[in-house]
Amino acid sequence: MATQTRTTRRRKPLQLGGYLGLVVAVAIMILPLVWMFLAGFKERDEIYTVPIQWLPEAYDLSNYAAALAAVPFGSFFLNSTITTVIGAGLKMLLGLTTAYAVVFLEFPFKKFVFGLVIFALLVPQQIVMIPNFTLVASLGWINTYQGIIVPGLASAFGTFLFRQHFLTLPISILEAAALDGASHWTRLWRFIVPISAPTIAAVALVSIVSEWNEYLWPLLVVDRSDMMTLPVGLMLLQNNDGVTNWGVLMAGTVLVTVPVLIAFFALQKKIIAGLTAGGVTG
Amino acid sequence: MPTIEDLQRDTDSAVAVAAPTSVATPAPPRTFTPRKKKKPWKSWLLFLLFAGPNVALLVVFTYKPLLQSLYYSTLQWNLGSASAIPVGLGNYVAWFTDPGTSRVVTVTLIFTVATVGGGMVIGLLFAVLLNRKLHGRGAARTIVVAPYVLSGVAVGLLWLFVFDPNFGITAALLDAIGVASPPWYNDPHWALVMVIIVYLWKNVGYVALIYLAALQSVPRDLLEAASLDGASPVRAFRNIVLPLLGPTTFFLSITTLLSSLQSFDIIQAMTRGGPLEGTTTMMYQIYQEGFQAGRAGYSSAVATILFAVLLVVTLIQMKYVEKRVHY
Repeated sequence: MATQTRTTRRRKPLQLGGYLGLVVAVAIMILPLVWMFLAGFKERDEIYTVPIQWLPEAYDLSNYAAALAAVPFGSFFLNSTITTVIGAGLKMLLGLTTAYAVVFLEFPFKKFVFGLVIFALLVPQQIVMIPNFTLVASLGWINTYQGIIVPGLASAFGTFLFRQHFLTLPISILEAAALDGASHWTRLWRFIVPISAPTIAAVALVSIVSEWNEYLWPLLVVDRSDMMTLPVGLMLLQNNDGVTNWGVLMAGTVLVTVPVLIAFFALQKKIIAGLTAGGVTG
Repeated sequence: MPTIEDLQRDTDSAVAVAAPTSVATPAPPRTFTPRKKKKPWKSWLLFLLFAGPNVALLVVFTYKPLLQSLYYSTLQWNLGSASAIPVGLGNYVAWFTDPGTSRVVTVTLIFTVATVGGGMVIGLLFAVLLNRKLHGRGAARTIVVAPYVLSGVAVGLLWLFVFDPNFGITAALLDAIGVASPPWYNDPHWALVMVIIVYLWKNVGYVALIYLAALQSVPRDLLEAASLDGASPVRAFRNIVLPLLGPTTFFLSITTLLSSLQSFDIIQAMTRGGPLEGTTTMMYQIYQEGFQAGRAGYSSAVATILFAVLLVVTLIQMKYVEKRVHY
């Protein structure tokens, strides 16, 4: 009885502290985003004011119109979509075929090949950017989609995750496929990909997110505004003005972040599963 | 008789290649070697078709450039120029003797330790919080992870406005407690603090997520037993939970170190390495020397030094992990 009251007495403030912590954590994460979103609607005099003013007087879209007029956001959006869809798509394809080969096919130097793929995870893109830039320039790929996509196309992390997953697949299904006389290509697409759909979707979403946000490489190989992706193009809004026009800049930032946020909240279960997959297998 | 694991592990050894020929031994299940022995080159050819393109891309865009970078580091060579002068270790000597190098190394160390260490501590705190049976913790988890999926450039720009010393949120909050806003934009030390805070805000959700997954796999009866034994929650956490999180901590220490050393977007959007190079990390220096100053040889030398450090640190971490974790 005595212990009972002791624990309840202790639990009450602990619960309260828990909720307080949760509120603080959420506020820290969400307030800057709200601040950005509201600033997109503010007039100059509502931004440059002390004490700060949280809510705009009116929700008009003049900052958005100014942002869209200053830089070609339509092209940025199109370029981001094209490079993300093709880049992430091909990356998944390469990851799936490589993982299939490593798990299901015979090759004398298989371990070495897999090691080669995994070790690439330790080589930061920036270490190799000067040789890659020189190569892309000599191919005439500056300001092209292939210049943006191809150097980062190889799949290392995806291959690793798919291999881990393939090793857990039930053997019986695959044996049936082998007895059917299905070719390896058919086995991959008709049997393995369908039963691996959740893993593939999770890895694909993470791959799409990182492709969409890629900044340094497109910055190096693109200098024409009509070929820029969203993150590269967004910086033009900052460069164009001598003094920062926060309203317009925040409107542009909203245009870049809100589609991703909507997609994230809609697909959060899958994206979180994809992010966690790396940690759990590691 | 070799186990399945042995066969998988040693597929490149003679044992595995020879195994299917013995009739009594069943074929290793995952490689589907046909009962009638086909010519092995057919499987090899298929392997090349399946894995070849990916490996070729890695060779062309990762491994060859890695060696090229090593070679470039011995040249005095301007990006885009047709002529280059071999200078041996000249670029390395120049970097190590440059008076600015100690500052770059200090900035890199502070940034790395603060983002990796701070990220792990705050991430673990968030994970413990999100692991408690509280209403709304699912939504809170989603919100905490959300910044991780945003573009680093966009995050940098929106925080630049948050940090505006006159019209930003931090200025207003500090003003409320009677403190003047620090000169985030103009002071090299405060600028470094600023980019560290923003980096943590963007990436801490990932750490929290991985820790949360690990916390959820901690057996509940273990904690209940400890609680019955009269252990306080804090002691139970330190003596039971923390050791169980060991493998996760090592995994995170490698991945967050790699991404911290590569961070570029936030610095580029917020400070461009300034003011007074107060936020110029080695990674940012590689970009600046190579693509702003055009000193490709010098930049390659810095890249090589950084890669060597990264490699040594990661290999030490991995050796340590191997000893501690049973796969």
